[in-house]
Amino acid sequence: MRLAAPIRRRRAVALALFAAVVAVLASTGVASADLLSPESGGSPNADRIDTLYWLIFAVALVVFIGVEGVIFYSLFKFRARKGVVPAQIRGNTRLEIGWTIGAAVILVVLGVFTFVKLPGIRNPDVSAANGYQGGYVQIADATRRVPPSGKFLNVCVTGQQYIWRYTYAPNCASGNNFKYAFSYTDMYVPTDTTITLDINGQDVAHSWWIPKLGGKFDAVPGYTNHTWFKIPGKYAGKTMFTGQCAELCGRNHANMIARVIPVSPQQFETWLAQRKTDIKAADTAAAAQRKELEKTSP
Amino acid sequence: MAATVSAPSTTAKPVPQVTAHEARREPTGWTSWITTTDHKKIGIMYLVLTFAFFMLGGVEALMMRLQLAQADNTLLTPQTYNELFTMHGSTMVFLFIVPFWAGVANYFVPLMIGARDMAFPKLNALSFWLLAAGGLVFYGSLFFSPPECGWTCYAPLNESQYLPSHGVDAWIFLIHLTGVSSLIGAINLYATIVNMRAPGMGWGRLPLFVWGILIYAILLILALPVVAGAVTMLLTDRHFGTHFFDTANGGSALLWQHLFWFFGHPEVYIIVLPGFGVISEVLPVFTRKPIFGYKAVAASTIVIAFLSMLVWAHHMFATPSHTVVLVFFMLSSFLIAVPTGVKIFNWTATLWRGAIEFKTALLFAVGFLGTFLMGGITGIFLAVFPVDWQLTDTYFVVAHMHYVLVGGAVFAAFSGIYYWFPKITGRMLSEGLGKVSFWLILVGFHVTFLIQHSIGLDGMPRRVYEYPDVGHLELYNMISTVGSFILGLGVLVTVVNVARSVKVGTLAGPDPWKGNTLEWFTSSPPPVNNFDVVPRVRSVEPMKDIRRQVARESGLGDVPPAPVAESAVRT
Repeated sequence: MRLAAPIRRRRAVALALFAAVVAVLASTGVASADLLSPESGGSPNADRIDTLYWLIFAVALVVFIGVEGVIFYSLFKFRARKGVVPAQIRGNTRLEIGWTIGAAVILVVLGVFTFVKLPGIRNPDVSAANGYQGGYVQIADATRRVPPSGKFLNVCVTGQQYIWRYTYAPNCASGNNFKYAFSYTDMYVPTDTTITLDINGQDVAHSWWIPKLGGKFDAVPGYTNHTWFKIPGKYAGKTMFTGQCAELCGRNHANMIARVIPVSPQQFETWLAQRKTDIKAADTAAAAQRKELEKTSP
Repeated sequence: MAATVSAPSTTAKPVPQVTAHEARREPTGWTSWITTTDHKKIGIMYLVLTFAFFMLGGVEALMMRLQLAQADNTLLTPQTYNELFTMHGSTMVFLFIVPFWAGVANYFVPLMIGARDMAFPKLNALSFWLLAAGGLVFYGSLFFSPPECGWTCYAPLNESQYLPSHGVDAWIFLIHLTGVSSLIGAINLYATIVNMRAPGMGWGRLPLFVWGILIYAILLILALPVVAGAVTMLLTDRHFGTHFFDTANGGSALLWQHLFWFFGHPEVYIIVLPGFGVISEVLPVFTRKPIFGYKAVAASTIVIAFLSMLVWAHHMFATPSHTVVLVFFMLSSFLIAVPTGVKIFNWTATLWRGAIEFKTALLFAVGFLGTFLMGGITGIFLAVFPVDWQLTDTYFVVAHMHYVLVGGAVFAAFSGIYYWFPKITGRMLSEGLGKVSFWLILVGFHVTFLIQHSIGLDGMPRRVYEYPDVGHLELYNMISTVGSFILGLGVLVTVVNVARSVKVGTLAGPDPWKGNTLEWFTSSPPPVNNFDVVPRVRSVEPMKDIRRQVARESGLGDVPPAPVAESAVRT
């Protein structure tokens, strides 16, 4: 079938446009892996979220291209022309029931994907054999999600305007005292070790988020939220994972940043011991200073 | 507005005409606007006021985009930036789109159902003036300190110890005043639609826009009292020593989120359902086909409304919640995709084998279809809560919500403006300017918001006044900013078009599009009493029946002379 010249030209333009869009997408896709999907790579749960995302993306892309395709085809094909009589169709019950069921089936498929991937995202992995050995073993506690076996490290994450505080304590209730090592903004963690986080907020609501280490979890005052991550050994001392508060918490919300710095379990032990010594020294010095001040004050 | 009742224009085809209009002159001058209880005048005031707020909200958005055009920009202070996104969101939701639909409904629901006014004309005026008061109170805060807690104003940031300035109080009164306005308006619309339909107009013959407005009204009645309660509790927390949301004193910060979103999610459908209605009116007219599956489109509206009350916690997937709760709200959110999908399929099928006339109203309607579909699909990503953990509170959500609200409601609003302007003013909008406006808005919108998905995926949270120049963030944000100005220009073209056409536009005549519904039965603009005679309605497309009957009785093909014989006098 020979097409009229204007139609051929229009098709050529459409094809060229499509090719250009694909080329742009491909080139930027190469330049940045995260043009189309969430960040991942720092922890198995982030990777599993990424996989789940791509599964949904594949289904969504088919639906998107299918429906947009029909819309554009109709707009092109059924333009009002001389002599065209619009079909007076009022509906088609069988077709309509069909696409209602079709839509439901797609959603069932997506639901199955989610339920398959969910446990690996929600429940913490077991630490690797070469992980940090000074952590905690599972405590019978239904309110928390901890690895089914082996040692793990718990960090209590507290959001406050506009800084993150990390306390290396077995749980948050025993958190804010000088018995445990703590730090601000930079969280040093051992690699190959499951880190569980107990997250809460001290003043307003914040949200903990390090994109490459998994999803975000709100730090709401009065509640404790839980998540976990496990950074592969290859990153020890090599990189750091950055993130920032993801829930509006006031004027400097944008500046409430967080860094997770992976180090080897040995380095971590050294760091933790150093922190404890430093905190103790500072505490002693402060106590001495306090006494001094009390003496001099009237 | 023309003061006199217009005679049938000689240029336009004299399609069915009403024989006689009332003799009394319409009152004119500014006092006639302040004192009016005429649903059409109130409707026009709604439309003008809400569109002005749309422009204000747009300017606020452009200022934010200017700040974000560069990494580490210092154009705006963090305080100003927070105030801007709070004003932008609250304006667009409470002062633009919800009352904009109230305005369209005010003008067209009585006309479409063959009524002479709303059920309670004085309450109708009260609704409008409460809205104006709400806007005044809220924008009054510009002179002291606007709120800076976002349009969701989460606890405990909204408490007085964190935001002591009275901006939050202005915001509370905005919700109260516009809430009461919407509530009264919703009751009025409900009563009108239930009681004042033309003879023969059963529920199966109700125009789909009126279906949309009916469900909009019911959702407002169900959802608004909840948010009214929530902001009242916030008010007493801030000023009268209660601690509903104050965790330190036994309150719950999450209670606020539950109450807010129990209102907030139905609100999304309050915003888009009337838009769905407009699309369901415009597509059949410009494809010259009946809507595909009238019953399915009407029924899916009801199903969406029902489900919309059951999905609120999908805004709270990152809060400390039990897995069972997360799963429930994921599945309920999935469910709502089914009736929404059904609508999209039915609209697409309405295009199929039609004779599509590419008028501006149709362009905006199909622009809606293609754009809203994307918002629906990204919604599925957000419904899957493990994926939502990565996407929520980032620019991905900003993109998603704009695809839904601009794609779903604003495109439909513009489609409605181009479709109904001739009825309101008696003059046509310029098709040339309309098409320029459409393409600028469509291109500007997608350039602004498509890339924002990637900004979010790249790790940029929403509501940040600055960001570091890592990855491609600066490039992506610059693209978005450029797009936003194209979008703004497109809106301006329509404003120019309206301002111009209201004086010099081609005379429209009563039925320029060969419409299907009763508003096209009366003159443009309609007389004060709308109809002297109200025809008996025999199908969902009464004007088609009337045109056919006129043609048959006159024996003149499809050029019917005035007036219409077949009509039933309403008493």
